[in-house]
Amino acid sequence: MFVHYLTLGLRSLRRNPALTVLMVMSIGLGVAASMTTWSVFRAVSGNPIRDKAAQLYTPQIDNWGPQQNEKGEPPSALSYTDAMALMRAHQATQQTLLYPVQLSVLPGGNRSLPIAVNGYAVYGDFFPMFEVPFQYGSGWSAADDDDRAAIAVLSEEFNQKLFGGANSVGREITLDGHDYRIVGVARHWDPKPRFFAMFGSSGFEDPADFYVPFNRALDLQIDTAGSNSCRGELTSTGWDDWLHGNCVWIMPWVELDSAAEVARYRQFLEGYAADQQRAGRFAWAPNVRLRNVMQWLDFQHVVPPESRISLLVSLGFFVICLVNTIGLLLAKFMRRAAEIGVRRALGASRREIYKQYLMEAATVGVAGGVLGLLLTAVGISGTGLLFKPEIARLAHLDLSLVGLTLVVAILATVAAAFYPAWRAAQVQPAWQLKSN
Amino acid sequence: MMQIKPILAAMRHHRAGTVLIALQIALTLAIVCNALFIIQQRMAHLSEPTGIDEANLFVIRNQWAGKSSVQQTDAQIQADLVAMRQLPAVRDASPSNSYPLRGGGWDNFITLTPEQVKPTTDGSVYLGDEHTIDTLGVKLVAGRNFRAEEVGRIGLRQDVFPPVVIVTRALADRLYPDGSALGKPLYAMSPAPSTIIGIVDLLQRQGVSTWDTTYAYQSLLWPMRAAVPQGVFYIVRAKPGQLAAAMREVPKALYAQNRMRIIDPKVGDLSFAQVRERAYDSDRGMAILMGIISVVLLAITAAGIVGLTSFWVGQRRKQIGIRRALGATRHDIVSYFLTENLLIGCIGVVIGTLLAIGINLWMVTQFEMARLSLGYVVIGVIVLLLLGQASVLTPAMRASRVSPVEATRSV
Repeated sequence: MFVHYLTLGLRSLRRNPALTVLMVMSIGLGVAASMTTWSVFRAVSGNPIRDKAAQLYTPQIDNWGPQQNEKGEPPSALSYTDAMALMRAHQATQQTLLYPVQLSVLPGGNRSLPIAVNGYAVYGDFFPMFEVPFQYGSGWSAADDDDRAAIAVLSEEFNQKLFGGANSVGREITLDGHDYRIVGVARHWDPKPRFFAMFGSSGFEDPADFYVPFNRALDLQIDTAGSNSCRGELTSTGWDDWLHGNCVWIMPWVELDSAAEVARYRQFLEGYAADQQRAGRFAWAPNVRLRNVMQWLDFQHVVPPESRISLLVSLGFFVICLVNTIGLLLAKFMRRAAEIGVRRALGASRREIYKQYLMEAATVGVAGGVLGLLLTAVGISGTGLLFKPEIARLAHLDLSLVGLTLVVAILATVAAAFYPAWRAAQVQPAWQLKSN
Repeated sequence: MMQIKPILAAMRHHRAGTVLIALQIALTLAIVCNALFIIQQRMAHLSEPTGIDEANLFVIRNQWAGKSSVQQTDAQIQADLVAMRQLPAVRDASPSNSYPLRGGGWDNFITLTPEQVKPTTDGSVYLGDEHTIDTLGVKLVAGRNFRAEEVGRIGLRQDVFPPVVIVTRALADRLYPDGSALGKPLYAMSPAPSTIIGIVDLLQRQGVSTWDTTYAYQSLLWPMRAAVPQGVFYIVRAKPGQLAAAMREVPKALYAQNRMRIIDPKVGDLSFAQVRERAYDSDRGMAILMGIISVVLLAITAAGIVGLTSFWVGQRRKQIGIRRALGATRHDIVSYFLTENLLIGCIGVVIGTLLAIGINLWMVTQFEMARLSLGYVVIGVIVLLLLGQASVLTPAMRASRVSPVEATRSV
């Protein structure tokens, strides 16, 4: 019966090609617009570190006070003073501070032209906390941090550029004229959005080329390549003055494995801010936050408003396409009222009519889905025209999107057919036969 | 008008079709109004002027390789500037920390007194020298330019404030609304005042985000060279028509000066047209997407109306035949369908107007959008009603050609 209805459906589609083409186009365009914008939205709104998103937290401490903070919220990064205090207190299982740095390297030895490379100054805990995979060697230990060691971890891509992909562990690299011993090469690792370094960044830039110890970077007075935000009168006379001022630029992360640990850490933050108030450094009550990865991304508005608006408008567009399809299916089905009357008179039950017409709609849905798939592929290749390049490149057509496109097209069309098919099944055989 | 009653009666007969067309018109109106509004907002944003000579400007992002002292770096910058200004295709060049439309950068809160905690406003800070005004091509409308001896030097993380500044008219008017800014002090988070010695007509900020919009065109020029390890931007103004030549010559001349620098081949040498394109790419993208969606949406709605009306015509051939046999003219039949569509369209646009405003109000709370101006709703209503009439015309003409003979058939 299924096959029979399917052939009936296909035959009927050929009967009024104009209506059929209109419906298929309608479904195809609606699905394609929604899927193209969805492919961008899912890329920017995704969870960048699924396994540990609930264990990684970033603490915020208000060192600016109610008159100068960001509408009551503490700044989105820490000052050097507060960041170092958190590290010394060591209240989390693992913890790191980080800031972006940009250094120069001579890729072909001393006679080549220098190039700029981007990396992060981090603590050794960074690598296990964020589950950085290693190709060669490993990260570094807390002892290396304390020793302020001149060591570095390279990315797979950077290692490829400098050493042709060979195991470079133990070799030296010169960055901005200073030597570092390579202790590890990370495998390709590029969580998007880059949740851990969102201060002054969209979260969608190119991945890091290298990582160097935080303490070593400070010793060398390597300035942040990211944002730096200060309040009040600026009176810094140089590096040390700046470090001890109220400027925020350091991004802290801690790993807390249970709800109890989170509660305890939050208490610790409150206590720290209260101590600062007692010591006279803060003239305001403790104002601290402790957000996990997804809360942090939400707070930082990582999803560009363009992506959200375009998805919503596309969904609205799809709804209109479906309303359109309901109307067209109704016209198509009711045009065959006489035929339905004959079938009913010959003993077909309402249920069977209902099934037949839903099946016919499903074939429209399949055709719409296939067209939608083609248009989605076109749409995704055209996202560069619609979104910023670093966001457009995240959209891609994978198996799950192909499946989703087809399923959405078919389900939506069948859902749109419920009413027209019901109307078809309501046709009174006697009335139809009489009028013919 | 005489036909409204029978039309209403007929509409009651095919309620579903009527509701569907009205619904489609309502939803289309709601989305198209908002889409047109978004297009207008984004286009207005991306066509805002910067106030500088964009056609002849380009920006070199020069990073230093290896460390050197503040004095050495500053000497190198000055040598670079001399080398660039000597090139035949170059009109002028100046060093800076940033340039308009860079997408955020350095900005300072500004107060009128040193003890003020709540800032008066915010200004985008551009470092430069006595060549900056000529290089950018901005117009000095009051006061004077910097003198060479006033140009100071900033080292790594040093807060050095100039005793004299040049501000944009927008900033001058915000600080001193009575127009008396020239010669007055301002405090850009500085312990000592800077005196406003000049006012330029128009100079856009480094950022053009929603946050920056509040402070649009509020910029200030500081007579300072930043001799810091991160590097420096060279803003270069080519002689008219020689932009391409200048963009080729300048990096060569700089590398000839000293090769221990980095000028990224992809983003180190950008014409201002490229800068503008990058700054507004998401605005342009939104306008394109909303444009495509609006056009396709109107086409689909039109096609839907044609489809359903054709079906109705097919269903009512007999009735049309009877009316024709009873003396109705072809014109009567056409106007019947046009009036029917107009009635349905009116129901649709009333609901659609409410929906359009509702969606806009929701977007205002979600996306910091502006309020929809009613002009867009009026345009949308007219477009959709006309679209409905145009779509109905072909099926209605077909209906008018139904022969009165049909009334006598098959009964």
